[in-house]
Amino acid sequence: MKLRLEKPWLPMTAETLAKLPGQLGVYQVADSEGQVIKIGFAGGKSLFGLRSALQGEANVLGSRAAKFRYEVNMQYQSRYRELLMLHIADNGSAPEFNRDSLPSRLGRIG
Amino acid sequence: MDLEPSEEQRMIVATVRRFVREEIVPLEADLDPDGTALEPDDHDRLVAQTKQMGFFGLDIPVQYGGPDIDIVTRTLMAIEMSQHRAGLYTPCYGVFGGAGLAQLFEANEDQKQRYLYPTLRGEKHGFFGLTEPSGGSDPARAIQTTAVKDGDDWVLNGAKIFISGADTADFGITFARTDSSRGREGITCFIVDTDAPGFHVRRIVHTLRSTSYATELQYDNLRVPAANVLGEVNKGFAIANDRLSRQRIPYSAACIGVAAKAQEMAIAYANQRETFGDILASRQAIQWMIVDNEIDIRTSRWITLAAADKANRNLPFRTEAAMAKLVSTEAGGRVVDRAMQIHGGYGMTKDLPLERWYREIRIRRIGEGPSEVQRLIMARDLLGGSFH
Repeated sequence: MKLRLEKPWLPMTAETLAKLPGQLGVYQVADSEGQVIKIGFAGGKSLFGLRSALQGEANVLGSRAAKFRYEVNMQYQSRYRELLMLHIADNGSAPEFNRDSLPSRLGRIG
Repeated sequence: MDLEPSEEQRMIVATVRRFVREEIVPLEADLDPDGTALEPDDHDRLVAQTKQMGFFGLDIPVQYGGPDIDIVTRTLMAIEMSQHRAGLYTPCYGVFGGAGLAQLFEANEDQKQRYLYPTLRGEKHGFFGLTEPSGGSDPARAIQTTAVKDGDDWVLNGAKIFISGADTADFGITFARTDSSRGREGITCFIVDTDAPGFHVRRIVHTLRSTSYATELQYDNLRVPAANVLGEVNKGFAIANDRLSRQRIPYSAACIGVAAKAQEMAIAYANQRETFGDILASRQAIQWMIVDNEIDIRTSRWITLAAADKANRNLPFRTEAAMAKLVSTEAGGRVVDRAMQIHGGYGMTKDLPLERWYREIRIRRIGEGPSEVQRLIMARDLLGGSFH
C-alpha cells in the first residue's frame, strides 16, 4: 500500500459512481484540473459505503467535482487523517472543502 | 485409512502453491489492503493460466464442463488457494472460477437456461438469501418471510439480513414460509430477480469483513412466478440444509490455509527477530506458541480431510463436516492470534496480512452455522445413534 493515494483518477459520473463497491474506505475528489478539493471517508455508518459516500459528494460539490479516486480500507479513520496530513504537508493547506471541518488534533507528517 | 496425498495430489498442491506465491502474492503489494479484486488485465491473464492448467471452474460438476477433481483434492487445493492477504474470503481473487450457486445444478431445465447457464458463462451472478432478522442459526423456525399464492405467482413479504453480494446480484435463491403450520416442512425455495418490483436492498451491513459485504433486504409484495420455485413447494429447507453441510468442507479448508501461512510467517519471524540478545525462537514462550499452532493446524487438517474423504465416497459426512467446521474455524483463530502475538507491533499493522486475517477469521466462527450449532448437530448425531 503506497503512502499517498496515487491511483488513476476516475470520472465523477453517475455511471462510474453506480459501479463503486459498498465497502468502507477513503477517497479524494478533484476538480477538472486535478486539484484535490475534498478528502473523505466512507465509514461504518454509511448506508452503502464508498458508493453512497461518493454519490453524496457528487450531489454536494456539483460541477466542481470532476474526478475521484478511492481506496478500500477498513481502517478508514486513521487513513483519512493520514491523507489529510499528507495533503497539508504537500500543499501547505487542507483541501478547499475540508478546511471548515478538519478533525480535531490533526497531526503532522513530513 | 490413508489420508496422505497421492503423488498426483502432491503435484497439484505444488502447482497451486507456486501459482499463489509467484502470481497472486506479488500483485497484493499494489492492491488496496482490504481490496477484493485484481486489475482487469491481471484477472484475465491469470484466468487464462488456470484454464491452461485445467483448474478453472473447480466447483462446476464435470457434466457442466468443470474439471474432474475429487473432493479431497479440491480440499487440498483450497488449503493452498487461501494463503494470501485476501485469501480467506476471496481465494486467488476468483481466478480459478466459481460455480455460482450450487443449488442451481438441481434446477429444472427451464431454470437452468435462465439462471444456471448464464451464471456459468459469467453473464449473471446470484445471492443466497436465508438468514432473517428473526434468526439465522435456526432457519427452520426463524424464517418469517411469507409467500402467498396469487394466481400464477407467489407474493413474498419479509426481510433478510447478512446476505452477501445481493446489491450487485442479478438474481437470488431465497426461502419463504408457504405453510405456517408445518415448521421446516413449510418452507419453499424461490429464485428471485433483483430487478423485480418489491425487491429492495435497504443497506449494507458493515462488519469486520473486508470482502463480500453483507446486505439487508426487504421483500415488499415481491411477485415471483411459479416457474421460479426451486424444487418443490414446502420442500425448500432440504435445499438449504444440503448446501450448509457441503459448504463446511471448503469453508474449513480456507481457515486451515490461512493458519498454515500465519504459522510459516511466525516461524520465519521467530528465527530472525532478536530480543534481549537472542532470537525469539530460543524463548520457550514462543516455542510453545509455535507448537500449539502446529497441533491446531494438523488437527484441523486431518479432520477436514477425513470429512472430505467420506463425502468423496458418498458416505454420510454430516458429523464430520460439522466437526471440521467447528475445529478449523476455532483453531484458525487461535493460530492467527498467536502469530500476531509473535510478530509484536508489526503483527497489528496493515504492512502484514495478519490483521486482516484476524478480523476475517473471527467471522468464520459464526457464519455457515456458528460453533454452537455445529456442536448441536454432532450431539444430535452422536446421541441419536447415527454415529458412523
